[in-house]
Amino acid sequence: MASRSFNLKAPTPMPGWGLSFGIMLTMLSVVVLIPMAVLLWRGFVGFGAAEMWAVINRPRVWNALQLSFRAALVASLFNLVFGVLLAWVLVRYRFPGKRIIDAAVDLPFALPTAVAGIALTAIYAPNGVFGSFIVQNFGIRVAYTELGIWIALIFVGLPFVVRTVQPVIEEIDRETEEASATLGASRLRTLTHVVLPMLAPAALTGFALALARSVGEYGSVIFIAGNLPNVTEIAPLLIVIRLEEFDYDGAVAIAIAMLAISFALLLAINLIQIWSRRRMGAV
Amino acid sequence: MISLPSPTGRAAQASRRPFRSATTEPLVIKWTLIGLCFSVLTVLLFAPLIAIFDEALRRGWAFALASLSEPDAQSAIRLTLLVAAITVPLNAIFGIAAAWAITKFDWRGKAWVITLIDLPFSISPVVAGLLFVLMFGSNTALGVWLVANGFPIVFAVPGILLATLFITFPFVARELIPVMLEQGRAEEEAALTLGASGWRTFVTVTLPNIRWALLYGVLLCNARAMGEFGAVAVVSGKIRGQTTTMPLMIEMFYNEYLSVAAFTMAGVLALLAFVTLTLKSVLEWRYADQLAATHRH
Repeated sequence: MASRSFNLKAPTPMPGWGLSFGIMLTMLSVVVLIPMAVLLWRGFVGFGAAEMWAVINRPRVWNALQLSFRAALVASLFNLVFGVLLAWVLVRYRFPGKRIIDAAVDLPFALPTAVAGIALTAIYAPNGVFGSFIVQNFGIRVAYTELGIWIALIFVGLPFVVRTVQPVIEEIDRETEEASATLGASRLRTLTHVVLPMLAPAALTGFALALARSVGEYGSVIFIAGNLPNVTEIAPLLIVIRLEEFDYDGAVAIAIAMLAISFALLLAINLIQIWSRRRMGAV
Repeated sequence: MISLPSPTGRAAQASRRPFRSATTEPLVIKWTLIGLCFSVLTVLLFAPLIAIFDEALRRGWAFALASLSEPDAQSAIRLTLLVAAITVPLNAIFGIAAAWAITKFDWRGKAWVITLIDLPFSISPVVAGLLFVLMFGSNTALGVWLVANGFPIVFAVPGILLATLFITFPFVARELIPVMLEQGRAEEEAALTLGASGWRTFVTVTLPNIRWALLYGVLLCNARAMGEFGAVAVVSGKIRGQTTTMPLMIEMFYNEYLSVAAFTMAGVLALLAFVTLTLKSVLEWRYADQLAATHRH
């Protein structure tokens, strides 16, 4: 089949090339490639780059984009630090309830986002269990402010760093740490100068995954956010609002802006990762 | 693990001060870290989970269960099951085909295809929904034609299926590709040499090797398919009793201040999440060596 038409594939007796490649390419095209191409075509050809910029360059859209990326960065940074910590605790320490904690880390993957959204809102709303406590003692409102968005995004991105870092910690050879200790390094110095650099690439991968997920998150955020334009209105919600107004061009422009910023961020993280791997290799 | 020069050395050290291995942290720090993790997870994971059931049962079991038997709720449950029943097998077929094409053959552009398969993970669910509105919505000639011919896609079930398929696209393939890559081609090649047909090789050699990884991928795919909110919200049109899935029904109940109904339906999905996590843990514990997720260890 495709192998005869041009030299795409190395010859092999393995059967099923046509069938498997055909199914893969058909579904990939129908579900991902053609729809993505339509989006880009609608944006750049149908609407135009200058017009899209005019849509994005309005305070409300700009504020929504800034909020989405700022909150995603804050939440992912929290998850980066806490995720490495939790992975360390889960691999290195033995304590009662460890198995439950280990399984529970994946809850944000398994729990539908709308469920997480209303559950978080229920406890962090001013009349909720934690919400009322925090308002009375610290005078801070959590739900219906940017803080609420952070909480929802921390929830959504929680498993990523833990799950990428955990296997790396399990593989660390204790002898490296012992060598560091015999050379006179304190435990803290061993952790910061020997262990952390080994975890950095995996932690960054997890960070990137968490970031990509939380930038576009919708379901868990809209319940807790309050959705006040310019203040707590995230970019995905603005796309939904544009669609409800039948402003398809506006929705497309915001969507393409989100994609562009996401890819720029992921590219930057990838570069940092290559740099940190190279640095690791040189050590 | 910890190698010490001799038992006498250890005893001598222990007599001077409490012994601590050079590769662990002080006990105080250890328990502080464990306590910190417990607190954060309580505040973020356990408390919301308890809240769901607390809110659902606020007016008793009977009231909660009655809310589930309402016609709208029933139709939402049926639609969600239908969506999962169609998208999950399609995803499994795609995952197997993609993993077979990627791991059993050498061809150009493989890395690109793998990246494209992963693409839906880094795209907002809302944008995923938007894609299908742009393709088949009433703003397009194709959409108008489809509606005129009695086969609407957007604001109908086919759109929900497409959006769900997009969102769950990488799940099975991502799980199978590393596993099949590691298993190599030797067993299949042996079966072929012995005269087995391609299909027979797949069913009797490959499938048994990947069944747990496949189940693992299907499990996660199903959880996401049943729980997807953003993408489905955009394409569904939220027609009560027709295009409203369980997560959308939760939002409707919630916005109508039908708190018990919203949280009861949320509780049903939370139970599904429990089942998913339990099965997943069992798989990871029992068949760790045959899964990609645990095989990196």
